[in-house]
Order: sequence, then structure tokens, then C-alpha cells
Amino acid sequence: MNSTLLLSTFDKIIRDWPYVVELFQKGEIAAALGITVWMVLLSVTFSYVLGLPVGIILYVTDKTGIKPNVVVNKILGVIVNIFRSIPFIILMVAFLPVAKSLVGKSYGNAAMVVMLVIGAAPYVARMVESSLKEVDKGVIEAAQSLGANTFQIIVKVLLPEARPSLMIGAIISTVTVIGYTAMAATIGGAGLGALAITQGHLRGHQAVIWTAVVLIVLIVQLIQEGGMWLVKKTDRRVRNENKRNKAQKNK
Amino acid sequence: MIEFVDVGKTFQSVSGPIVALRNVNLTIGDGEIFGIIGLSGAGKSTLVRCINFLEEPTEGRVIVDGEDLGQVGPKRLRQIRRNIGMIFQSFNLLEQRNVFDNVKFPLTLGRFDRKAADARVEELLTLVGLWDRRKSYPSQLSGGQKQRVAIARALATNPKYLLCDEATSALDPVATESVLSLLRHINETLGVTIVVITHEMHVIEKICTSVAVIADSEIKEVGKVADVFSDPKTRTAKELIMPDLVRYAGKKPGEIQFRLLFNGESSDMPLISALALETGVAVNIVYADTKNVDGKVFGRMVITLPAEKAENADKVTAFFDENHIKYVIETDDEDQSADDTTIAEVADDE
Repeated sequence: MNSTLLLSTFDKIIRDWPYVVELFQKGEIAAALGITVWMVLLSVTFSYVLGLPVGIILYVTDKTGIKPNVVVNKILGVIVNIFRSIPFIILMVAFLPVAKSLVGKSYGNAAMVVMLVIGAAPYVARMVESSLKEVDKGVIEAAQSLGANTFQIIVKVLLPEARPSLMIGAIISTVTVIGYTAMAATIGGAGLGALAITQGHLRGHQAVIWTAVVLIVLIVQLIQEGGMWLVKKTDRRVRNENKRNKAQKNK
Repeated sequence: MIEFVDVGKTFQSVSGPIVALRNVNLTIGDGEIFGIIGLSGAGKSTLVRCINFLEEPTEGRVIVDGEDLGQVGPKRLRQIRRNIGMIFQSFNLLEQRNVFDNVKFPLTLGRFDRKAADARVEELLTLVGLWDRRKSYPSQLSGGQKQRVAIARALATNPKYLLCDEATSALDPVATESVLSLLRHINETLGVTIVVITHEMHVIEKICTSVAVIADSEIKEVGKVADVFSDPKTRTAKELIMPDLVRYAGKKPGEIQFRLLFNGESSDMPLISALALETGVAVNIVYADTKNVDGKVFGRMVITLPAEKAENADKVTAFFDENHIKYVIETDDEDQSADDTTIAEVADDE
């Protein structure tokens, strides 16, 4: 039974293919791809503008942090948790008035970016907090013993030392945001997700859905693999035997 | 000068208060290499962290060069910290910065001229012998090299004091020797006062001028290394300094036991044979831990005179005096009779 289902899907895709080609020629696929990439870049950037400081404050004010402050930590923690517990599809419709006051419209791509930021920033904050927690406490103690103040410890010790982990966090956050962008169609936004739903699902063109799926998978792969390559390349903790030998030869 | 006045530190934990330090009074003079020896959990790490206020004492005062650290503001405290370098058992280098930038790091925290900072880094890395590894990252260095980078970093701001928290405990014997020699060199040439925290007796023996013995959150004994090590007064100090001796050289009642100390005397003389031949007194060696280094003896030996020959004790002491051998006659104190007590048990009953 499954094999017949599969066959009929393939059959539909092949029959639909000319429609995909038509969309491509009209530039609609490229436009959708562009909008998705643009939305992801913009919302990840703003999520970090908000989430990075919040993550740092969560870490610093923790009771084991460098400037413990139970009140600030608890309040921020609760806010972050509330936002993180609202399912994105509900958050998206619940906070449309916020989008309207910020970008003037409660629908479309700009509104979608606002929604993505509201959804991703608390997530980013927790990612940042957990990355900072990985930094060896001894290194922070050493910086304190050298007379560094809190700001210097954050900027010169915590963030650079946590860099590989922060980068991995950024990769995971970006991939998550890519998933959320597909819901743009719900509030009249565009992009690959909207293309799959409006042109593919609603008009019954299986091939369009799968084209969007393949493109999204490719973007995710590119970010995941490229990002990890960059992490490895820039992490100085990796014991690279070649580098080591070279360093010794130079001696 | 670093002074501890009635310093106490109590940590609050879920299961109640934990006393880490109790009634510590200690003075560390300028130019000294001051050792603090104790078993793990004795409170020595907390003690050293009170010197730069990484741990704030809950009682008493810590006074560095006349300034009570409990009375100064955060800004002044950071300035004072720049005058107190610190190195750690786990090195605590910045893993994402190379050797050069690690040493330069403290110079980026205050207002320092960039060029002067670079020159200072070169000077320091030359001092610790790692200038040619300046572009390496910590993960590419051996433990001994990492500790030398940490020393260079700690010295960047020209501190008057250097705190060493178990600085050689993670190193192999060769690296330990090189780090200890470097510390002594720094003390001698730069006049830096060094505070060494360790559980290893040989570290104290090798470089320290004074030593404090810490156990159960208290300072048990303080003095010049030669004095404390040759004749530890307290049971704790004996346990730490000569655990084997305390454990194995049990003394029978009435027996006279001599503890001989060798600190670089000539090893040419066959001491025990000479003693027997010259005085006609036969003694029994119950414990010996001596080393012969370049014709000189270091270490200790315990010999006993049986109870029935106790009247010969004077002859033996006369022989030792004549030959300039340092010795201590073990007494029948209560402490000493409990020779089969383990270290843990000793810690409990105090």
C-alpha cells in the first residue's frame, strides 16, 4: 500500500514539474529563497541584539556568577521562560499588536521578523547563558586576581573564551529560526514556506512543496556544515598535530 | 607585608555552616618565600584567596602593606590585586589567546602604553624562557610551559607579591623542578615575595624560607623551614612532614630515641659505625630516609638506644655534639604513643 502511495506522489511530482519550471522562470522561487534568507538574517541578528545581553545578565547575576543578583536573575529568568513556553504559532498571533506598533503592519514579512525575534530572542538568551557557563571558573578567577572588573571579564574573558560554544549556539538558533520562517504564510508573509503552502499545498502542486523542502534542507546543511567548519577552524583549543609540529619546527 | 589578624571564614551551605578557616594569625614578611602546607580540605586554598580577597573572610582582617582589604572599595581592591599576582594548579590560561596575548592580558586591563606593554611581554617571556613559543596556544604547550606562561602573566604588572596555589601539583617531577627554580630565581632577582600553598613537603623544602602548617582550618605551627621541619612540635606537623616516621618508628617505653637531621653534612664519615667504635654503644636504626647529593647528606634517621642501655645516652649525645650532628631526643609524650593512628583519625580527633 505504501509503495503505491509513494509511486503516486512521485508521479504527481513529475507531472507538476513544468509548473515548478514556470515559477522558476518567473523568478518566484528565487524571490522566495531571497525573502527566507533575508528574514532569517534579520531576525537572527535582532535576536542576538536582544538575547546576547540578556544571556550575559542571566549568567552574571546567577548565584554562582561574578555579580550575583537574585532579584534581577529571577525576574529575567521568569520572563525568558514565559516566552519560551508559548508555542510559536500562538505567540505569533498573540503578539501581532506589538508588530503593528513597531513596523506599522500586523501582517507581512516585516511583522514576521518581529514575531521571529520575539520567539527566538529568549531562546538565544538561554543558549548564550549556557555557553558562558562552560567557561572554566578558574580562568575567571585568574582574571579577577589580575584586577579585571566585571565589564572587562565579560568582554575580554567570557565572550572570547566561550566563542566556539557561542558559535555553535548561533548555528542551532539559526536553524531553528529557519524552521519558524516557514510559518510566515500564516500572517501573510512570503518566503519558501509560504511558497510551499500557497503555490504547493493550496493549489495541489506536490512538486512545489518538495522544491521548497529541498531548498530549505540545503540552506540548513550549508549553515550547519559551514558553521561547524568555521568553529573548528577558529577554536584554539583543538590540538592540531600539524600546527603543533609546525610551531615546533619554527622554534 | 601581609598580615592576617584573627581571620576566620565560614561558608554557608545547605547542610549548615562549614568552617574553612578559624582564628588565623599570620605575618608574611617582604622578600620571603612563605610556604603553607596542609592536606586537601585543610583550608589552605581559602587562606591564600583571602590575601587577594578572591575569598572574603567572614571574621578578622587581612592587611596588605598596611591596608585593610576589608575596608577598601572595589576599585582600590582591583588596584591592590594588580600588586598581587597569582598562579593556579590548573594554570587558568586564556585558551583562545596565544602565549603572547596571555601575558599581555593584564596590561590591557589598566592604562598601559601599547609599545611598553609589548616590550614588557618580551622581557617576561624571555625571563621564563618561552619567547620562541609566543605564538603557540596553551593547548599546544606542556604543563610546565603553561605554568611558566602563567607566571609571566602574573608578573606582568610588576607585582610585589606572587601567590602560588598548588602551582606544581599537576606537574611531573622535572617540570616541578623547573617551575620551583624559576620561582626562586624570581624571588632572588626581582625581590618578589612568594606565598606557596602546597601539600607536597619537598616543595617547601626546596624553596621556602618560612612555613606554616595548616590543618582543620587552623594554623598549627609557624616558623623557619629549617626549624619546623627539623623539629615539628605538633602532631599535625609531624604527620605532614614525616608521615612514615610517625607511622613506623614507634617507640617502646623506656627506649631513648634520637632523631638525626642531615642538612648537607659530609657523607664521608661512616656515622653509625663511628658511633659504635668510638663510644662502644650499639644503637639500632629504626628509620632512615636520607639522600646523598654530591657527597652531602640530606634527610633524617631515627636510632634507638634500648631501655637497658639508657645510661649511655650521654655518650651518644656527646658524640653527636662533637661531630656537629643535629639531633632531637624524642620524648614520651602522649602524641607520640599514638603511633598507629592514621592521618584521617588525627584530623578527626583535633
